[in-house]
Amino acid sequence: MTELSLRLAVSFAQILAEMSIVMITVATLTYFERKVLGWMQDRMGPMEVGPYGLLQPVADGIKLFFKEDIVPAGANKAMFALAPMLTMVVSMIGFAVIPFGPNLTLDIYGMTIKPFVVADINIGILYILAIASIGAYGIILGGWASNSKYSLLGGLRAAAQVISYELNVGLALVGVLMLAGTMSLVEITEAQSGGFWHWFIWGGRPDGFFPIHTQIFAFVVFVISAVAETNRIPFDLPEAESELVAGFFTEYSGMRFAFFVSAEYANMMLVSCVASALFLGGWNAPYPGTIFEYVGLEQLAWIEHIVWFAAKVYFFLFMFIWIRATLPRLRYDQLMRFGWKVMLPIALANIIVTSFTLYFFPR
Amino acid sequence: MEQVVFFYFALVIAAASVLVVALRNPIYSALALLIMFFHVAGLYVTLHAEFLAAVQIIVYAGAILVLYLFVVMLLNLRQDDRYHRQWPMAGIVGATLVIEAIILTVMKGWTSPVVATGTETTVGATTNAGAIGDVLYSTYLFPFEVASLILLVAMIGAIMLAKKDIGEC
Repeated sequence: MTELSLRLAVSFAQILAEMSIVMITVATLTYFERKVLGWMQDRMGPMEVGPYGLLQPVADGIKLFFKEDIVPAGANKAMFALAPMLTMVVSMIGFAVIPFGPNLTLDIYGMTIKPFVVADINIGILYILAIASIGAYGIILGGWASNSKYSLLGGLRAAAQVISYELNVGLALVGVLMLAGTMSLVEITEAQSGGFWHWFIWGGRPDGFFPIHTQIFAFVVFVISAVAETNRIPFDLPEAESELVAGFFTEYSGMRFAFFVSAEYANMMLVSCVASALFLGGWNAPYPGTIFEYVGLEQLAWIEHIVWFAAKVYFFLFMFIWIRATLPRLRYDQLMRFGWKVMLPIALANIIVTSFTLYFFPR
Repeated sequence: MEQVVFFYFALVIAAASVLVVALRNPIYSALALLIMFFHVAGLYVTLHAEFLAAVQIIVYAGAILVLYLFVVMLLNLRQDDRYHRQWPMAGIVGATLVIEAIILTVMKGWTSPVVATGTETTVGATTNAGAIGDVLYSTYLFPFEVASLILLVAMIGAIMLAKKDIGEC
């Protein structure tokens, strides 16, 4: 029984650490997004609270925390309260299978733990897809329970959009799964070690240079679908301001509103983590090995790995904001046509081409 | 410990299934169904069938039930529309099934537990997803292809139905 309780304690500590990392990153992202948007539009961004507006996330948090919690008169109270919680929880638990650092193992009292991943399960990718598909429930329920036409329309749009684009996300990942031969994110990342050309976006083989197994098409499909699945501009039809006020969270205020917004940022972070781990080598550096190893500090190599992982994730997060500052919103029929008639065939063709190249040129 | 987990899942599955048909509001019914899907997935995990559990959630909870909710919300079903006083019929069928289940449980208690007879396919793959893939594309290739053909037919049928409407308008 002591082993069980120790295991529980370790898992709890890992979950706590992971959640604090995610929440801190979400808070940073709100600042980062406003600042980057400001610079791209030739403005300063937030400047008032703290030096260079650095304390703006704290101020926002306090403001949202003390706001009045308004429940619309005709709303379904239980569902209205459930929806933001569901969205938030779903956006947080996906991080359980993300490897933030190298696949080290620590031995504590004869118990093996992996410090940089909470749960290395053998169906990691499927777990993430399952979690992502549950994310639609919070949005639909929130839209329905608000008893408002704008909310309901936003929720229904979100449902259609998430289902359509989730298909593309799943199909885009199949090529990577075939290359790696496993569904565990830790093992997929390890299969990409050995430098830039071994990342699955290029898919170079250890013996040859020519990247015949390249997954760059799957990568593009995945990134575009990920933007759509997180309801970001240019795919933010569920919350299109000019048509639906604020879409599914029109009626939400205070902390419940904050839950929806932070869930959106956490989802952005999750898809960024998945994209880095699957296509850009995760915590692998673009050169073979690590610099710390060359200078003889093997035990500190994990710092370098984590820095590379964070750099890749932040590259994607910056890209999300960059896209937001650049592109106008799609029309609804354009969104659906693009998803089903452009992205889906590309993803399917990628699977066929990858299986042929793998058959004739096995790794 | 495993017994406790099993009985928790079984109890919630049974309770949620009853709620699916007993609740008046179709949205609540759909949510009860969602809870049931999750606990069935949990049951699969206790059986070490993680692949099946994930697919259960992706397909049923993530796709099919969302479409149900979609339809229910769009049609804005009135609460009493779907009830046609089926309780007596349901009671008879349910009672029969319960008696059958009790009889089967009692009879199973007298026979010796089933032991592995060697007819199960032994698969070489280490993960259960790999094992399912191995079996699906070797031993059960024909049923698998037939199933995909049936799905294809259903898909073409849906497209035909949808296309016809546009042509007539």
